[in-house]
Amino acid sequence: MKITEEMVDYVSTLSRLKLPQEEKTRMTGELERILEYMDVLNALDTSEVEPMSHVFPVKNVLRPDVVEPSADRAELLRNAPVPDQEAFLVPKTVE
Amino acid sequence: MELWELTALELGGLIQKREVSPVEAARAALDRIAGEQPRNNAFVTALEEERVLERAKAVEAALGRGEALSPLAGVPMALKDNICTRGLKTSCASKILGDFAPPYDATLVERLQAAGGVLLGKLNMDEFAMGSTSETSWYGPTRNPWDLERVPGGSSGGAAAAVAAGECWYAVGSDTGGSIRQPASYCGVTGMKPTYGTVSRYGLIAYASSLDQMGPLARSAADCAAVLDLVMGRDRRDGTSLDVPAGGLLASLTGDIRGMRIGLPADCFGEGLDGEVRAAVLAAAQVLRDRGAVVEECALPIMQYVVPTYYIIACAEASSNLSRFDGVKYGWRAEGYEDLTDLYQKTRTEGFGAEVKRRILLGTFVLSTGYYDAYYKKALQVKAVIKEAYDAAFQRYDLLLTPVAPTTAPRLGESLQDPLKMYLSDIYTVPLNLAGLPGLSMPCGFDGQGLPIGAQLIGPALGEAKVLAAAHAFQTETDYHKKSPAGKEAC
Amino acid sequence: MTWETVIGLETHVELSTQTKIFCSCTTAFGGEPNTHCCPVCTGMPGTLPVVNEKVLEFAVKAGLALHGEITRRCKFDRKNYFYPDLPKAYQVSQLYLPIVRNGRVPIRTESGEEKVIRIHELHMEEDAGKLVHDPWIDQTRCDYNRCGVPLIEIVTEPDFRSAEEVIAYLEKLRSTLQYLGVSDCKMQEGSLRCDVNLSVRPAGSQELGTRTEMKNLNSFKAIARSIAYEARRQIEALEEGKWVVQETRRWDENKDATFAMRSKENAQDYRYFPEPDIPPLEITEEYLERIRAQIPEMAEEKAARYQSQWGLPAYDAQMLTGEKALADFFEETVALGAPPKQAANWIMGEVLRRLSVDGLEEKEMRLTSKTLARLIALVQEGKVNRNTAVKVFDAVFSEDGDVDTYVREHGLEQVSDAGLVGQVVEQVLAANAKSVEDYLGGKEKAFGFLVGQVMRQLKGQAAPQVVNQTLRERLEQRKTM
Repeated sequence: MKITEEMVDYVSTLSRLKLPQEEKTRMTGELERILEYMDVLNALDTSEVEPMSHVFPVKNVLRPDVVEPSADRAELLRNAPVPDQEAFLVPKTVE
Repeated sequence: MELWELTALELGGLIQKREVSPVEAARAALDRIAGEQPRNNAFVTALEEERVLERAKAVEAALGRGEALSPLAGVPMALKDNICTRGLKTSCASKILGDFAPPYDATLVERLQAAGGVLLGKLNMDEFAMGSTSETSWYGPTRNPWDLERVPGGSSGGAAAAVAAGECWYAVGSDTGGSIRQPASYCGVTGMKPTYGTVSRYGLIAYASSLDQMGPLARSAADCAAVLDLVMGRDRRDGTSLDVPAGGLLASLTGDIRGMRIGLPADCFGEGLDGEVRAAVLAAAQVLRDRGAVVEECALPIMQYVVPTYYIIACAEASSNLSRFDGVKYGWRAEGYEDLTDLYQKTRTEGFGAEVKRRILLGTFVLSTGYYDAYYKKALQVKAVIKEAYDAAFQRYDLLLTPVAPTTAPRLGESLQDPLKMYLSDIYTVPLNLAGLPGLSMPCGFDGQGLPIGAQLIGPALGEAKVLAAAHAFQTETDYHKKSPAGKEAC
Repeated sequence: MTWETVIGLETHVELSTQTKIFCSCTTAFGGEPNTHCCPVCTGMPGTLPVVNEKVLEFAVKAGLALHGEITRRCKFDRKNYFYPDLPKAYQVSQLYLPIVRNGRVPIRTESGEEKVIRIHELHMEEDAGKLVHDPWIDQTRCDYNRCGVPLIEIVTEPDFRSAEEVIAYLEKLRSTLQYLGVSDCKMQEGSLRCDVNLSVRPAGSQELGTRTEMKNLNSFKAIARSIAYEARRQIEALEEGKWVVQETRRWDENKDATFAMRSKENAQDYRYFPEPDIPPLEITEEYLERIRAQIPEMAEEKAARYQSQWGLPAYDAQMLTGEKALADFFEETVALGAPPKQAANWIMGEVLRRLSVDGLEEKEMRLTSKTLARLIALVQEGKVNRNTAVKVFDAVFSEDGDVDTYVREHGLEQVSDAGLVGQVVEQVLAANAKSVEDYLGGKEKAFGFLVGQVMRQLKGQAAPQVVNQTLRERLEQRKTM
């Protein structure tokens, strides 16, 4: 499969990465090689196979609806790059 | 014999008998780290002496009060730096996590604490556990104690190097596609990835959630069994943790493997495998045969599919798991951003290393509109086929024996040149993660340059006892696991 | 040309569980920012979700009540996008195997006909946090208290043709969910909010036009007005020969108009995939039976029973059963001995009046059925008259005061002492000779005036029957004199 720089731009935007041109060019080539190699899977007919998202037949793992104490706010906020007493801060969002 | 040369259980035994105190053991480890860390860079964070000794004293006091704790109480250990420790920096060896100090302890950390564990520090790794050399760390590469010009393997390279260099008696790493087993093999230590779901993942910073599993690296299979006894078992905070009886693995090690049926998949001994590695693994098979196991060649006709399947699934999940690192809630934030999107992009572009970005892009691609079915869904289907192949093999065999890696440890800088080639070298380890199976890497010889070679024992789901039994039998018969790089230098 | 408006609805409903969907933090509304939070719901690295059993139970219950098919093996999926109200940068939701499919909600249209709105699916998901801009520091604060509050999203087929149908559906949906006890559906707290998908087409056409989506409408008024505006906007565009662009539009309450959101936010590729951290859910027949057995009597069934069992008019029955809290209140009052029609009149009259005046919801009311039942009993026993009772009601309403104490302390007991009434009547008759003459001359109206005068003298506390009777007797005596 041919990978273009536009495709790399698209997935970069989706994953909030902005590669410098040089890195983008290199990445495009590498992704193409890797994806090309992955086409080996097409040799296997899986039309009758159910996709397996979970490897073991574990099911219905549920928790009772009982309140437990929440965490200490200061501890949750301690690692925030921009310190604040109450909340995590970001640049103005639209609206 | 120096304290650091003992196995974890040997040291634990001396501590139980009051012949060695936890404080003495901790001092021995601290001395060892002071000498080795500048050489191998196994630790991202080595705890200050004061803090380690304080903890050792607390364990000593508990033992003095007659608290049983565990056979490993007071034995110093270290954790891979993707395992959350409350208030203690946990970096995943990435710039983007900065000095992140989690607001909570991983379940595994709580369990080791309760068992009298003495933490020495947090171990180096490939950034976000993505890699097989431990070179992609933001904190610089870890070096292989057997040859400082070579990689220790990865991603749990710091863990393997620290155990090999005698800086700790056991370590806990994580294994998403071989990240415990392959570095264990490169560094001549024993490492085990248990069955998916047997060790709670709560507090393990996720790379690929459906494949990640924590496990021990230590000197011997018995040490691994002792660690697993402490950390396995259902955790209500991890929905994927299995509700199965835990413990008793150490007690089950008799060394008797008579009649055990072991398959040697021919598909794992073909093209691409180094001759010396092949010879050493086949020699290990002979040792097991001599101990009474029935070892025979078998087929595992899915090996050509395992690497692409693994990388599609692992990267897809990684692209989602790593989205939360955006410079808002924790870790590092880029400077000079114009708006929210710019903040995200600058932080992530500058905060992640090249290998991590490659996998995020690959994972984003295989999940994106138009490609999901061709790649991601296809991989989930092939995963089912791979699982079925192992299920079929375990109808006939108790265990499988394969190499861990196609070669011994490469030189620093060699592997990162060609990502695809690096991915392909994961071929023997990744299928176990896809199928959720337990696997152990044990030292089984040395190549012509004196570098350790590992053999991999694979068990059926929840077959930890069988895997450990065979490894223990092997280690009863051989002394590869007792060799240390210090001995090599002395030669 | 005549145009037809085609509308589909996506309704997000907050479930009234005690804890969040994936962690044990409280779902209580309000609270200081980030105080109803833990490592799990703030997306700390390494944390994992564990599903709240009540969320599944409530979703299944809602699915059964909406006549849907329950997916026997369902899964959660991750919906990936970056926004600061979503700390993990993915929302755990359901795409591939939602818990409910193919439901239906019968509604009554304006013309009185029954119409069935088809439910495409109902799925479980987690709510996002709240972003508040702080102009002082020119930064947006992220508050994750709502993050992880359980939601069900109910998606209809494009079956609506008018805002009235949409409102009728939402009223029905709200009543159903309240009856089930799975949500309080408080729109002002955002526990019921809608995305409206709307397109127009020439009347009679079978093809769907290009639709726009209006997000996060949180009042019936906003929904009705935005539908009216957007339909008009699309029709005008098409009549002018322009196109309708498929996009997300924002309803601006103040400007009474919808506006296109930036196209960048429209371009989405959510890269859904099965959530690996949550094992699948398998719904057994026994589980379904257990949930089915918990489904209470719903509004229509109740209304029918009120008519057949207690002889209430259809109007009363419907009015009382609209909100579950009101129906419960009514039934309790009747159970305490109040005659059903009396109780109905009091609730539909005085109770609803006070709720409206005080701006309260039924469930926020402090007045108990015990108090209302006692008040009705006092009227029945002739201890207070109806007008006094209303005064007492207003006095005790907000704090659920004691009726008997209030009546006693304020001396409101009815005067039934014929002697006393007789004295007052004599005084009134003496003072209003003209009216007496009028009455005796055949003007019945004068009687009413005289009654009023007597009542005034007795400060309204006289038993009306006693006053009427005494007055008639004394006037009759005058007739024969």
